[in-house]
Amino acid sequence: MTSTGSDIFIRCLREEGVDLIFGHPGGAVLFLYDAIHRHGFRHVLARHEQGAVHMADGYARASGRPGVALVTSGPALTNAITGIATAYSDSIPMVVFSGQVPLPAIGSDAFQEADNVGLTRPITKHNYLVKDVADLAPIVKEAFYIATTGRPGPVLVDIPKDVSNMPCEFDYPREVHLDHYQPRYEGHWGQIKKALSMLLRAERPLLYFGGGAILSGASAELRALVETLRIPTTYTLMGIGGIPGDHELSLGMLGMHGSYRANLATDECDVLLAVGARFDDRVTGKLDEFSPHSKKIHIDIDPTSIRKTVHVDIPIVGDVRNCLQKFLKVLEEKDLSRFHERMGPWKQQLEEWNRQEPIAYQQHPDEPIKPQFVIDKLFQATHGDAVVTTDVGQHQMWAAQYYHCQSPNNWVSSGGLGTMGFGLPSAVGAQCARPGEPVICIAGDGSLMMTIQELTTAVEENLPIKVALINNQYLGMVRQWQEIIYDDRKSAVDLSVAPDFVKLAEAFGALGLQASRVDEVDSVIEKAFAHPGPVLMDFRVSKTENCYPMVPAGSPSRKMLLRDPD
Amino acid sequence: MQHTISVWVRNEFGVLSRVVGMFSGRGYNIDSLSVAPTLDEEVSHMTLVTHGDDDTIEQITKQLHKLIDVITVKDHRDGEFVGRELALLTVEPPPEARAEVFRIAEIFRGKIVDVGQKSLTIEVTGKQDKIDAMTRLLEPLGLQSRVRTGPLAVARGSAR
Repeated sequence: MTSTGSDIFIRCLREEGVDLIFGHPGGAVLFLYDAIHRHGFRHVLARHEQGAVHMADGYARASGRPGVALVTSGPALTNAITGIATAYSDSIPMVVFSGQVPLPAIGSDAFQEADNVGLTRPITKHNYLVKDVADLAPIVKEAFYIATTGRPGPVLVDIPKDVSNMPCEFDYPREVHLDHYQPRYEGHWGQIKKALSMLLRAERPLLYFGGGAILSGASAELRALVETLRIPTTYTLMGIGGIPGDHELSLGMLGMHGSYRANLATDECDVLLAVGARFDDRVTGKLDEFSPHSKKIHIDIDPTSIRKTVHVDIPIVGDVRNCLQKFLKVLEEKDLSRFHERMGPWKQQLEEWNRQEPIAYQQHPDEPIKPQFVIDKLFQATHGDAVVTTDVGQHQMWAAQYYHCQSPNNWVSSGGLGTMGFGLPSAVGAQCARPGEPVICIAGDGSLMMTIQELTTAVEENLPIKVALINNQYLGMVRQWQEIIYDDRKSAVDLSVAPDFVKLAEAFGALGLQASRVDEVDSVIEKAFAHPGPVLMDFRVSKTENCYPMVPAGSPSRKMLLRDPD
Repeated sequence: MQHTISVWVRNEFGVLSRVVGMFSGRGYNIDSLSVAPTLDEEVSHMTLVTHGDDDTIEQITKQLHKLIDVITVKDHRDGEFVGRELALLTVEPPPEARAEVFRIAEIFRGKIVDVGQKSLTIEVTGKQDKIDAMTRLLEPLGLQSRVRTGPLAVARGSAR
């Protein structure tokens, strides 16, 4: 029997080893959904297309495999855009399939028509409109190849409705022929040797790594390098989990809400080894005062990341894992004792900074619950081994500071785009990727309301995700900026009019729990983890707590605010 | 500083908007752009003139390379190149200046490609400054319009 485009779609997914897709049906993808039904392909129904794409994203981050989403044309694709842009900002491998009006209707302003390829061009690594069913299989093959190789990213495949029903033999290409797209994996030996000899002459070296270390699966090599060199190490929000957050050589995260010692170390170091990180403005602070005394070495698979904003002395284009393996190889023959010795005073200095301003909080038993306390308790309850997804805001930064992730692919957070509402749907995706493992969504009360409908999907799929709502009844991070920079004029940040989150959880069919006193926190967490299904824990925390350290936008990173002004 | 860049692209649907979108999305300028297929019909050649400091131009060439449909990028600052542009200039000279217009066209090795009751159109090719110079001379003689292609560039002494 001859296949149609919709059969080819399913068979391509099987060829790529895709075990499930996240999506939402509609008119232009009816044939594709019919094929999902006929072939018995596993599909998770999101309640909004943004949710579907975040789910695919969470799946990808938690598994290291590409996530797949399917949405229909027009408004579905415009809804999906936030999810695609989120994945693009963080270089997440993903293939999104969208429906399109039939070929003859394209350009006629047909019902639910949008220029999907045009709309997603700046937020995808590449995209395709399938104009001939014979091209479908080769395009899908290319899409997965492009999404998962080099610097990963989302790829969109737009399938017109008639194409999905045209007959065609299925013939999946064995290989992709893209002569001009050849990401460079192999780090250059000469550059690596040069970099190491510069690094080993340093007195105050610092390693700074980002999401590239996670994406290339390099955490074992990274940890080996850090421990061989005994080099102080800091990481970006995207790098969390690359080495355990509480590792003795970890200085914690750097940047806008990074630790005091990490930011001062960045400012004072004499050689900075950047590994799979891109000198984002949240990391550098004021650019021309960023790490002013250091020579910089930069490993990245994407040549455009190198020297984009910060001058680099030794660029190394290549896959992080490949490059670090070569670093370790060269180091086998080196005597590092003098290097280790020379770092003595530097490490004392780092210790001193940590003594002066550690990442710490004080919880008085009779005062309102501190958000940091809740996150600390979640860390203790799970020993740092849960998959943690976050929304965006203060709670995200506290999670980065206090939840010491132990392994890669356990930290799922929207770094580049900063997408509120990412936490819950990405937790759904992460739990699908890692069944049987604890998944916590650390959510903010502002963010959670943006995608709360996906609690239905968690209930439907019986996913035991634990939503820890850090509920301060404010858009806390915006409020914090308004307090500090806008003379305490709180504009449109009061969220005290909000649903009863416990009842809301129950209405969705999940378990709702609440803690409003310090002595309730432990038992709520305990009950949540004892429950076999999805749980929403409403932690009613201090309304006034702010997140420090804080580097105000445009300031150099050494100029941190450390506590509320008097 | 002005840079002339050659870009070879796969002749795919939407490739021009990918290139142009990269420029507008990242705030780079395009001073001129011309595109047409090469001898290999699956490949198009773009000559792109842009300006910026060295770091900007380095980013532009890297970002162009990063586009999946881009095959090769050549920034012509690295070697000598021939740059030529074609312009069509339409002039409506007063009767007494008609001969002068013909003379200017001849000096610049232009060709009269259209003659009307009042107007005439001159086709001219050359470097940008030649076309600029001719424009200046024709302006006082009733220059009505000018369309130009923007430069096409080819590296000297190389097949590609």
